[in-house]
Amino acid sequence: MRELTTSDMFWLLFAARWTIALTVVSILGGSLLGAIIMVLRVIPFPPAKAVAILYINLIQGTPALGQLFIVFFGFGVFGYDVSPWFAATLAFSLYSAAFLGEIWRGGVHAVPHAQWEASASLGLSTLQQLRYVIIPQAFRLSIPPTIGFWVHLVKNTSLASVIGFIELTRAGQIINAATFRPMTVYLTVAAAYFVICFVLTQLSARLEGSLRVAR
Amino acid sequence: MSLVEIENVHKSYGDIEVLRGVSLRIEEGEIVAIIGRSGSGKSTLLRCINGLEPIQSGTIRFDGQQVNSADTDLRKLRQKVGIVFQSFNLFPHLNAERNITLGLTVVKKMPPDEARTIARKVMTQVGLEDKLDAYPDMLSGGQQQRVAIARSLAMSPKLMLFDEITSALDPELIGEVLTVLAGLAEAGMTMMLVTHEMGFARNVAHRLVFMHEGEIWESGAARAVLDDPQTPELKSFLGSVLI
Ligand SMILES: Nc1ncnc2c1ncn2[C@@H]1O[C@H](COP(=O)(O)OP(=O)(O)OP(=O)(O)O)[C@@H](O)[C@H]1O
Ligand SMILES: [Mg+2]
Repeated sequence: MRELTTSDMFWLLFAARWTIALTVVSILGGSLLGAIIMVLRVIPFPPAKAVAILYINLIQGTPALGQLFIVFFGFGVFGYDVSPWFAATLAFSLYSAAFLGEIWRGGVHAVPHAQWEASASLGLSTLQQLRYVIIPQAFRLSIPPTIGFWVHLVKNTSLASVIGFIELTRAGQIINAATFRPMTVYLTVAAAYFVICFVLTQLSARLEGSLRVAR
Repeated sequence: MSLVEIENVHKSYGDIEVLRGVSLRIEEGEIVAIIGRSGSGKSTLLRCINGLEPIQSGTIRFDGQQVNSADTDLRKLRQKVGIVFQSFNLFPHLNAERNITLGLTVVKKMPPDEARTIARKVMTQVGLEDKLDAYPDMLSGGQQQRVAIARSLAMSPKLMLFDEITSALDPELIGEVLTVLAGLAEAGMTMMLVTHEMGFARNVAHRLVFMHEGEIWESGAARAVLDDPQTPELKSFLGSVLI
Protein backbone atom coordinates (compact mmCIF):
# COMPACT_ATOMS: atom_id res chain seq x y z
CA MET A 1 0.00 0.00 0.00
CA ARG A 2 1.24 3.50 -0.84
CA GLU A 3 -0.03 7.05 -0.66
CA LEU A 4 -2.28 8.52 -3.35
CA THR A 5 -0.16 11.18 -5.06
CA THR A 6 -1.09 14.05 -7.34
CA SER A 7 0.72 12.32 -10.16
CA ASP A 8 -1.58 9.31 -9.60
CA MET A 9 -4.56 11.61 -9.95
CA PHE A 10 -3.06 13.21 -13.01
CA TRP A 11 -2.48 9.81 -14.61
CA LEU A 12 -6.01 8.77 -13.72
CA LEU A 13 -7.61 11.80 -15.31
CA PHE A 14 -5.36 11.48 -18.30
CA ALA A 15 -6.75 7.99 -18.90
CA ALA A 16 -9.96 9.78 -19.85
CA ARG A 17 -8.38 10.34 -23.24
CA TRP A 18 -8.71 6.61 -23.90
CA THR A 19 -12.36 6.69 -22.92
CA ILE A 20 -12.85 9.59 -25.28
CA ALA A 21 -10.81 7.99 -28.06
CA LEU A 22 -12.70 4.71 -27.76
CA THR A 23 -16.02 6.56 -27.81
CA VAL A 24 -15.12 8.75 -30.78
CA VAL A 25 -13.76 5.92 -32.93
CA SER A 26 -16.76 3.73 -32.06
CA ILE A 27 -19.13 6.53 -32.97
CA LEU A 28 -17.40 7.01 -36.31
CA GLY A 29 -17.34 3.31 -37.12
CA GLY A 30 -20.83 2.85 -35.75
CA SER A 31 -22.20 5.78 -37.73
CA LEU A 32 -20.82 4.44 -40.97
CA LEU A 33 -22.24 0.98 -40.46
CA GLY A 34 -25.34 2.40 -38.76
CA ALA A 35 -26.10 4.51 -41.85
CA ILE A 36 -25.96 1.38 -43.96
CA ILE A 37 -28.22 -0.47 -41.51
CA MET A 38 -30.68 2.41 -41.63
CA VAL A 39 -30.76 2.44 -45.43
CA LEU A 40 -31.23 -1.35 -45.58
CA ARG A 41 -34.03 -0.93 -43.09
CA VAL A 42 -35.99 1.69 -45.06
CA ILE A 43 -35.54 0.77 -48.72
CA PRO A 44 -38.43 -1.21 -50.24
CA PHE A 45 -36.44 -4.44 -50.56
CA PRO A 46 -37.57 -7.09 -48.03
CA PRO A 47 -34.35 -9.18 -47.90
CA ALA A 48 -32.32 -6.06 -47.04
CA LYS A 49 -34.81 -5.17 -44.35
CA ALA A 50 -34.62 -8.71 -42.94
CA VAL A 51 -30.82 -8.60 -42.72
CA ALA A 52 -30.91 -5.24 -40.97
CA ILE A 53 -33.56 -6.37 -38.49
CA LEU A 54 -31.64 -9.56 -37.72
CA TYR A 55 -28.51 -7.54 -37.06
CA ILE A 56 -30.31 -5.05 -34.84
CA ASN A 57 -31.99 -7.82 -32.85
CA LEU A 58 -28.76 -9.77 -32.39
CA ILE A 59 -26.88 -6.75 -31.08
CA GLN A 60 -29.68 -5.27 -29.00
CA GLY A 61 -30.67 -8.66 -27.63
CA THR A 62 -27.25 -9.59 -26.23
CA PRO A 63 -25.15 -7.87 -23.55
CA ALA A 64 -22.41 -5.53 -24.72
CA LEU A 65 -20.03 -7.29 -22.37
CA GLY A 66 -20.60 -10.58 -24.14
CA GLN A 67 -20.04 -8.95 -27.53
CA LEU A 68 -16.77 -7.55 -26.27
CA PHE A 69 -15.61 -11.02 -25.16
CA ILE A 70 -16.72 -12.63 -28.40
CA VAL A 71 -14.80 -10.13 -30.51
CA PHE A 72 -11.70 -10.19 -28.30
CA PHE A 73 -11.43 -13.97 -27.86
CA GLY A 74 -13.05 -14.77 -31.21
CA PHE A 75 -9.99 -13.54 -33.08
CA GLY A 76 -7.82 -15.70 -30.82
CA VAL A 77 -9.82 -18.80 -31.74
CA PHE A 78 -8.95 -18.20 -35.38
CA GLY A 79 -5.31 -17.70 -34.53
CA TYR A 80 -5.25 -13.91 -34.66
CA ASP A 81 -4.02 -12.01 -31.67
CA VAL A 82 -5.67 -8.60 -31.45
CA SER A 83 -5.02 -5.77 -29.03
CA PRO A 84 -7.67 -4.78 -26.49
CA TRP A 85 -7.89 -1.40 -28.27
CA PHE A 86 -8.70 -3.05 -31.60
CA ALA A 87 -11.21 -5.46 -30.09
CA ALA A 88 -12.91 -2.72 -28.07
CA THR A 89 -13.27 -0.27 -30.95
CA LEU A 90 -14.56 -3.00 -33.24
CA ALA A 91 -17.03 -4.35 -30.69
CA PHE A 92 -18.35 -0.91 -29.78
CA SER A 93 -18.61 0.10 -33.44
CA LEU A 94 -20.73 -2.97 -34.16
CA TYR A 95 -22.75 -2.23 -31.04
CA SER A 96 -23.27 1.44 -31.92
CA ALA A 97 -24.28 0.63 -35.49
CA ALA A 98 -27.34 -1.29 -34.33
CA PHE A 99 -28.51 1.46 -32.00
CA LEU A 100 -27.74 4.36 -34.31
CA GLY A 101 -29.28 2.54 -37.28
CA GLU A 102 -32.47 2.06 -35.31
CA ILE A 103 -32.51 5.64 -34.01
CA TRP A 104 -32.07 7.03 -37.52
CA ARG A 105 -34.70 4.72 -38.93
CA GLY A 106 -37.04 6.25 -36.36
CA GLY A 107 -36.09 9.70 -37.67
CA VAL A 108 -36.75 8.63 -41.25
CA HIS A 109 -40.15 7.21 -40.32
CA ALA A 110 -41.06 10.42 -38.55
CA VAL A 111 -40.84 12.30 -41.85
CA PRO A 112 -44.37 12.43 -43.31
CA HIS A 113 -45.14 9.85 -45.98
CA ALA A 114 -46.28 12.67 -48.28
CA GLN A 115 -42.65 13.73 -48.62
CA TRP A 116 -41.84 10.35 -50.15
CA GLU A 117 -44.75 10.67 -52.55
CA ALA A 118 -43.94 14.22 -53.59
CA SER A 119 -40.32 13.33 -54.30
CA ALA A 120 -41.22 10.07 -56.05
CA SER A 121 -43.58 12.03 -58.27
CA LEU A 122 -40.66 14.15 -59.47
CA GLY A 123 -38.89 10.99 -60.60
CA LEU A 124 -36.34 10.67 -57.79
CA SER A 125 -34.99 7.19 -57.04
CA THR A 126 -35.26 5.78 -53.52
CA LEU A 127 -31.67 6.69 -52.69
CA GLN A 128 -32.11 10.19 -54.14
CA GLN A 129 -35.26 10.61 -52.08
CA LEU A 130 -33.36 9.62 -48.94
CA ARG A 131 -30.38 11.79 -49.72
CA TYR A 132 -32.11 15.01 -50.76
CA VAL A 133 -35.51 14.95 -49.10
CA ILE A 134 -35.89 12.47 -46.26
CA ILE A 135 -32.55 12.35 -44.43
CA PRO A 136 -32.13 16.13 -44.19
CA GLN A 137 -35.49 16.25 -42.41
CA ALA A 138 -34.87 13.12 -40.35
CA PHE A 139 -31.52 14.54 -39.27
CA ARG A 140 -32.83 17.19 -36.94
CA LEU A 141 -35.39 14.86 -35.43
CA SER A 142 -32.60 12.41 -34.69
CA ILE A 143 -30.18 14.75 -32.92
CA PRO A 144 -31.46 14.33 -29.35
CA PRO A 145 -31.65 10.51 -29.40
CA THR A 146 -28.32 10.26 -31.24
CA ILE A 147 -26.49 12.31 -28.63
CA GLY A 148 -28.40 10.45 -25.94
CA PHE A 149 -26.85 7.29 -27.32
CA TRP A 150 -23.37 8.86 -27.33
CA VAL A 151 -23.78 9.59 -23.63
CA HIS A 152 -24.81 6.00 -23.04
CA LEU A 153 -21.81 4.83 -25.05
CA VAL A 154 -19.33 6.96 -23.07
CA LYS A 155 -20.41 5.19 -19.90
CA ASN A 156 -20.53 1.75 -21.53
CA THR A 157 -16.94 2.00 -22.78
CA SER A 158 -16.00 1.24 -19.17
CA LEU A 159 -16.79 -2.39 -20.03
CA ALA A 160 -13.61 -2.44 -22.11
CA SER A 161 -11.70 -2.55 -18.82
CA VAL A 162 -12.51 -6.27 -18.55
CA ILE A 163 -10.41 -7.14 -21.60
CA GLY A 164 -7.53 -5.14 -20.19
CA PHE A 165 -8.03 -1.91 -22.08
CA ILE A 166 -6.87 0.92 -19.86
CA GLU A 167 -9.43 3.71 -19.93
CA LEU A 168 -10.93 5.73 -17.06
CA THR A 169 -12.49 2.86 -15.12
CA ARG A 170 -9.54 0.51 -15.52
CA ALA A 171 -7.15 3.31 -14.51
CA GLY A 172 -9.28 3.84 -11.41
CA GLN A 173 -9.06 0.15 -10.53
CA ILE A 174 -5.28 0.19 -10.92
CA ILE A 175 -4.77 3.25 -8.73
CA ASN A 176 -7.21 1.97 -6.16
CA ALA A 177 -5.45 -1.39 -5.98
CA ALA A 178 -2.19 0.40 -5.19
CA THR A 179 -3.49 3.01 -2.75
CA PHE A 180 -6.82 1.66 -1.50
CA ARG A 181 -8.55 5.00 -1.57
CA PRO A 182 -11.77 3.89 -3.27
CA MET A 183 -13.93 6.91 -2.47
CA THR A 184 -11.45 9.48 -3.78
CA VAL A 185 -10.54 7.41 -6.80
CA TYR A 186 -14.01 6.39 -7.91
CA LEU A 187 -15.60 9.75 -7.21
CA THR A 188 -12.93 11.26 -9.44
CA VAL A 189 -13.66 8.67 -12.10
CA ALA A 190 -17.38 9.38 -11.86
CA ALA A 191 -16.77 13.13 -12.06
CA ALA A 192 -14.71 12.66 -15.23
CA TYR A 193 -17.53 10.67 -16.87
CA PHE A 194 -20.00 13.30 -15.77
CA VAL A 195 -18.01 16.11 -17.35
CA ILE A 196 -17.73 14.30 -20.68
CA CYS A 197 -21.44 13.52 -20.76
CA PHE A 198 -22.38 17.01 -19.65
CA VAL A 199 -20.44 18.52 -22.53
CA LEU A 200 -22.26 16.20 -24.93
CA THR A 201 -25.72 17.12 -23.67
CA GLN A 202 -24.86 20.80 -23.94
CA LEU A 203 -23.78 20.17 -27.52
CA SER A 204 -27.11 18.50 -28.21
CA ALA A 205 -29.07 21.49 -26.96
CA ARG A 206 -26.96 23.87 -29.05
CA LEU A 207 -27.14 21.87 -32.24
CA GLU A 208 -30.88 21.54 -31.98
CA GLY A 209 -31.28 25.24 -31.50
CA SER A 210 -29.03 26.29 -34.37
CA LEU A 211 -29.87 23.69 -37.02
CA ARG A 212 -33.03 24.88 -38.65
CA VAL A 213 -33.01 22.03 -41.10
CA ALA A 214 -36.57 20.75 -40.87
CA ARG A 215 -38.72 23.79 -41.11
CA MET B 1 -53.57 7.22 -79.61
CA SER B 2 -54.78 9.22 -76.63
CA LEU B 3 -52.33 10.63 -74.12
CA VAL B 4 -53.94 8.71 -71.27
CA GLU B 5 -55.73 5.42 -71.86
CA ILE B 6 -57.33 3.83 -68.85
CA GLU B 7 -59.01 0.51 -69.53
CA ASN B 8 -61.16 -1.44 -67.12
CA VAL B 9 -59.00 -0.69 -64.09
CA HIS B 10 -59.67 -2.46 -60.82
CA LYS B 11 -57.92 -1.39 -57.68
CA SER B 12 -58.38 -2.68 -54.14
CA TYR B 13 -57.00 -1.89 -50.74
CA GLY B 14 -57.12 -5.26 -49.07
CA ASP B 15 -60.66 -6.54 -49.47
CA ILE B 16 -62.09 -3.16 -50.35
CA GLU B 17 -62.45 -2.50 -54.05
CA VAL B 18 -61.90 1.20 -54.61
CA LEU B 19 -61.87 1.34 -58.41
CA ARG B 20 -64.33 -1.01 -60.06
CA GLY B 21 -63.67 -1.15 -63.74
CA VAL B 22 -62.76 2.39 -64.66
CA SER B 23 -62.17 3.26 -68.32
CA LEU B 24 -61.24 6.73 -69.51
CA ARG B 25 -59.30 8.33 -72.36
CA ILE B 26 -57.75 11.74 -72.30
CA GLU B 27 -56.54 13.50 -75.40
CA GLU B 28 -53.60 15.82 -75.56
CA GLY B 29 -54.67 19.34 -74.59
CA GLU B 30 -57.82 18.15 -72.93
CA ILE B 31 -58.93 19.31 -69.48
CA VAL B 32 -60.93 16.80 -67.50
CA ALA B 33 -62.50 17.60 -64.16
CA ILE B 34 -63.35 14.74 -61.82
CA ILE B 35 -66.05 15.19 -59.23
CA GLY B 36 -67.69 12.86 -56.77
CA ARG B 37 -68.32 12.19 -53.13
CA SER B 38 -65.62 11.61 -50.58
CA GLY B 39 -64.34 8.05 -50.91
CA SER B 40 -65.56 7.57 -54.48
CA GLY B 41 -62.01 6.87 -55.68
CA LYS B 42 -61.02 10.19 -57.30
CA SER B 43 -57.62 10.52 -55.66
CA THR B 44 -56.91 6.84 -56.14
CA LEU B 45 -57.54 7.16 -59.88
CA LEU B 46 -55.08 10.05 -60.18
CA ARG B 47 -52.47 8.25 -58.10
CA CYS B 48 -52.72 5.15 -60.27
CA ILE B 49 -51.92 7.20 -63.36
CA ASN B 50 -48.43 8.14 -62.19
CA GLY B 51 -47.88 4.76 -60.59
CA LEU B 52 -48.01 5.90 -56.96
CA GLU B 53 -50.58 3.13 -56.44
CA PRO B 54 -50.43 -0.29 -58.09
CA ILE B 55 -53.58 -1.70 -59.68
CA GLN B 56 -54.92 -5.24 -59.61
CA SER B 57 -56.22 -5.52 -63.16
CA GLY B 58 -56.83 -3.53 -66.31
CA THR B 59 -54.32 -1.30 -68.02
CA ILE B 60 -53.22 2.29 -67.80
CA ARG B 61 -51.19 3.70 -70.66
CA PHE B 62 -49.60 7.11 -70.64
CA ASP B 63 -48.09 8.46 -73.82
CA GLY B 64 -48.16 4.96 -75.28
CA GLN B 65 -46.35 3.44 -72.33
CA GLN B 66 -47.99 1.00 -69.95
CA VAL B 67 -47.83 2.34 -66.38
CA ASN B 68 -48.66 -0.90 -64.62
CA SER B 69 -45.96 -3.06 -66.09
CA ALA B 70 -42.84 -4.43 -64.49
CA ASP B 71 -40.52 -3.18 -67.24
CA THR B 72 -41.76 0.38 -67.16
CA ASP B 73 -39.29 2.82 -65.68
CA LEU B 74 -41.66 4.72 -63.41
CA ARG B 75 -39.02 7.32 -62.71
CA LYS B 76 -38.87 8.26 -66.40
CA LEU B 77 -42.63 8.27 -66.66
CA ARG B 78 -43.11 10.45 -63.60
CA GLN B 79 -40.92 13.16 -65.10
CA LYS B 80 -43.63 13.59 -67.71
CA VAL B 81 -46.58 13.54 -65.29
CA GLY B 82 -46.83 16.33 -62.76
CA ILE B 83 -49.00 15.90 -59.68
CA VAL B 84 -50.05 18.53 -57.19
CA PHE B 85 -51.57 17.50 -53.88
CA GLN B 86 -54.14 19.00 -51.58
CA SER B 87 -51.55 19.53 -48.86
CA PHE B 88 -48.85 21.09 -51.13
CA ASN B 89 -46.12 18.72 -49.90
CA LEU B 90 -43.29 21.14 -50.53
CA PHE B 91 -39.92 20.13 -49.11
CA PRO B 92 -39.81 22.16 -45.90
CA HIS B 93 -36.01 22.20 -45.59
CA LEU B 94 -35.50 23.74 -49.04
CA ASN B 95 -36.37 27.20 -50.30
CA ALA B 96 -38.75 27.69 -53.19
CA GLU B 97 -36.01 27.77 -55.79
CA ARG B 98 -34.39 24.57 -54.54
CA ASN B 99 -37.79 22.88 -54.27
CA ILE B 100 -38.12 23.55 -57.98
CA THR B 101 -34.56 22.85 -59.12
CA LEU B 102 -34.20 19.57 -57.18
CA GLY B 103 -35.92 17.46 -59.82
CA LEU B 104 -34.08 19.27 -62.60
CA THR B 105 -30.57 18.87 -61.20
CA VAL B 106 -30.94 15.48 -59.52
CA VAL B 107 -33.28 13.67 -61.90
CA LYS B 108 -32.65 15.44 -65.20
CA LYS B 109 -28.98 16.13 -64.40
CA MET B 110 -29.36 19.71 -65.57
CA PRO B 111 -26.57 22.20 -64.75
CA PRO B 112 -27.55 24.39 -61.75
CA ASP B 113 -27.54 27.63 -63.77
CA GLU B 114 -29.93 26.30 -66.32
CA ALA B 115 -32.16 24.87 -63.55
CA ARG B 116 -32.26 28.25 -61.81
CA THR B 117 -33.30 29.94 -65.02
CA ILE B 118 -36.20 27.51 -65.30
CA ALA B 119 -37.09 28.05 -61.64
CA ARG B 120 -37.33 31.77 -62.25
CA LYS B 121 -39.44 31.20 -65.34
CA VAL B 122 -42.00 28.92 -63.65
CA MET B 123 -42.13 31.09 -60.54
CA THR B 124 -42.96 34.03 -62.79
CA GLN B 125 -45.63 31.92 -64.42
CA VAL B 126 -47.32 31.43 -61.03
CA GLY B 127 -46.76 35.06 -60.06
CA LEU B 128 -44.14 34.47 -57.37
CA GLU B 129 -40.87 35.58 -58.97
CA ASP B 130 -40.04 37.57 -55.83
CA LYS B 131 -40.34 34.50 -53.56
CA LEU B 132 -37.54 32.34 -54.95
CA ASP B 133 -35.56 32.52 -51.70
CA ALA B 134 -38.52 31.95 -49.39
CA TYR B 135 -38.84 28.76 -47.38
CA PRO B 136 -42.26 27.08 -47.41
CA ASP B 137 -43.06 28.07 -43.83
CA MET B 138 -42.63 31.71 -44.81
CA LEU B 139 -45.34 31.48 -47.49
CA SER B 140 -49.12 31.53 -47.28
CA GLY B 141 -51.07 28.41 -48.24
CA GLY B 142 -51.96 29.88 -51.61
CA GLN B 143 -48.34 30.77 -52.29
CA GLN B 144 -47.13 27.32 -51.22
CA GLN B 145 -49.60 25.71 -53.57
CA ARG B 146 -48.41 27.93 -56.42
CA VAL B 147 -44.81 26.92 -55.69
CA ALA B 148 -45.94 23.28 -55.76
CA ILE B 149 -47.50 23.87 -59.18
CA ALA B 150 -44.32 25.60 -60.33
CA ARG B 151 -42.26 22.65 -59.08
CA SER B 152 -44.28 20.31 -61.28
CA LEU B 153 -44.26 22.65 -64.27
CA ALA B 154 -40.49 22.93 -64.14
CA MET B 155 -40.20 19.32 -65.23
CA SER B 156 -42.10 20.20 -68.45
CA PRO B 157 -44.75 17.53 -67.96
CA LYS B 158 -47.10 16.38 -70.71
CA LEU B 159 -49.88 15.88 -68.20
CA MET B 160 -50.72 17.57 -64.93
CA LEU B 161 -52.77 15.91 -62.20
CA PHE B 162 -54.36 18.13 -59.57
CA ASP B 163 -55.95 16.56 -56.53
CA GLU B 164 -58.26 19.02 -54.79
CA ILE B 165 -55.52 21.58 -54.74
CA THR B 166 -57.69 24.33 -53.31
CA SER B 167 -59.44 22.31 -50.63
CA ALA B 168 -56.92 23.08 -47.88
CA LEU B 169 -56.91 26.80 -48.60
CA ASP B 170 -58.71 29.65 -46.91
CA PRO B 171 -61.45 30.94 -49.22
CA GLU B 172 -59.64 34.19 -49.97
CA LEU B 173 -56.60 32.26 -51.25
CA ILE B 174 -58.45 29.96 -53.63
CA GLY B 175 -58.74 32.57 -56.37
CA GLU B 176 -55.00 33.03 -56.88
CA VAL B 177 -54.51 29.29 -57.36
CA LEU B 178 -57.44 28.96 -59.76
CA THR B 179 -56.02 31.87 -61.74
CA VAL B 180 -52.80 29.90 -62.21
CA LEU B 181 -54.80 26.87 -63.35
CA ALA B 182 -56.77 28.98 -65.81
CA GLY B 183 -53.48 30.26 -67.21
CA LEU B 184 -52.28 26.70 -67.70
CA ALA B 185 -55.52 25.80 -69.40
CA GLU B 186 -55.08 28.69 -71.77
CA ALA B 187 -51.56 27.57 -72.55
CA GLY B 188 -52.95 24.22 -73.65
CA MET B 189 -51.73 22.00 -70.81
CA THR B 190 -53.38 18.59 -70.57
CA MET B 191 -54.91 18.38 -67.12
CA MET B 192 -56.94 16.10 -64.91
CA LEU B 193 -58.26 17.81 -61.88
CA VAL B 194 -60.23 16.55 -58.95
CA THR B 195 -62.16 19.49 -57.67
CA HIS B 196 -65.10 20.69 -55.66
CA GLU B 197 -65.07 24.04 -57.46
CA MET B 198 -68.05 23.46 -59.72
CA GLY B 199 -67.95 26.94 -61.22
CA PHE B 200 -64.34 26.45 -62.20
CA ALA B 201 -65.03 22.99 -63.61
CA ARG B 202 -67.87 24.35 -65.70
CA ASN B 203 -65.83 27.22 -67.13
CA VAL B 204 -62.44 25.64 -67.62
CA ALA B 205 -62.91 21.88 -68.03
CA HIS B 206 -63.73 20.45 -71.42
CA ARG B 207 -65.07 17.29 -69.97
CA LEU B 208 -66.47 16.31 -66.63
CA VAL B 209 -66.36 12.91 -65.00
CA PHE B 210 -68.59 12.04 -62.08
CA MET B 211 -67.29 9.15 -59.99
CA HIS B 212 -69.49 7.15 -57.70
CA GLU B 213 -68.44 4.15 -55.60
CA GLY B 214 -65.37 3.44 -57.67
CA GLU B 215 -67.02 3.76 -61.05
CA ILE B 216 -67.38 6.45 -63.65
CA TRP B 217 -71.06 7.03 -63.20
CA GLU B 218 -71.55 9.82 -65.70
CA SER B 219 -69.34 11.82 -68.00
CA GLY B 220 -69.55 14.22 -70.88
CA ALA B 221 -69.09 17.86 -71.83
CA ALA B 222 -68.72 19.80 -68.57
CA ARG B 223 -71.67 22.14 -69.04
CA ALA B 224 -74.01 19.46 -70.28
CA VAL B 225 -73.26 17.12 -67.40
CA LEU B 226 -73.68 19.86 -64.80
CA ASP B 227 -76.81 21.36 -66.32
CA ASP B 228 -78.55 18.13 -67.16
CA PRO B 229 -77.52 15.31 -64.80
CA GLN B 230 -78.90 11.95 -65.90
CA THR B 231 -78.60 9.83 -62.79
CA PRO B 232 -80.17 10.36 -59.37
CA GLU B 233 -76.70 9.95 -57.81
CA LEU B 234 -75.29 12.92 -59.71
CA LYS B 235 -78.43 14.94 -59.09
CA SER B 236 -78.18 14.39 -55.37
CA PHE B 237 -74.43 15.06 -55.40
CA LEU B 238 -74.86 18.34 -57.25
CA GLY B 239 -77.65 19.24 -54.90
CA SER B 240 -75.39 18.70 -51.93
CA VAL B 241 -72.45 20.71 -53.24
CA LEU B 242 -74.24 23.62 -54.84
CA ILE B 243 -76.35 24.56 -51.87
N1 LIG C 1 -53.91 3.84 -48.45
C1 LIG C 1 -55.16 3.38 -48.31
N2 LIG C 1 -55.41 2.25 -47.63
C2 LIG C 1 -56.65 1.78 -47.50
N3 LIG C 1 -57.73 2.36 -48.01
C3 LIG C 1 -57.58 3.50 -48.70
C4 LIG C 1 -56.28 4.07 -48.88
N4 LIG C 1 -56.42 5.20 -49.61
C5 LIG C 1 -57.73 5.33 -49.86
N5 LIG C 1 -58.43 4.31 -49.32
C6 LIG C 1 -59.88 4.12 -49.43
O1 LIG C 1 -60.21 4.09 -50.79
C7 LIG C 1 -61.43 4.75 -51.02
C8 LIG C 1 -61.26 5.80 -52.08
O2 LIG C 1 -60.37 6.78 -51.59
P1 LIG C 1 -59.98 8.07 -52.41
O3 LIG C 1 -58.98 8.79 -51.59
O4 LIG C 1 -59.61 7.71 -53.78
O5 LIG C 1 -61.34 8.87 -52.43
P2 LIG C 1 -61.63 10.32 -52.94
O6 LIG C 1 -62.72 10.20 -53.93
O7 LIG C 1 -60.39 10.99 -53.35
O8 LIG C 1 -62.21 11.02 -51.65
P3 LIG C 1 -61.98 12.48 -51.04
O9 LIG C 1 -62.95 13.37 -51.74
O10 LIG C 1 -62.33 12.33 -49.60
O11 LIG C 1 -60.55 12.84 -51.27
C9 LIG C 1 -61.90 5.29 -49.69
O12 LIG C 1 -62.86 4.42 -49.17
C10 LIG C 1 -60.67 5.27 -48.84
O13 LIG C 1 -60.99 5.02 -47.50
MG1 LIG D 1 -59.21 12.55 -52.54
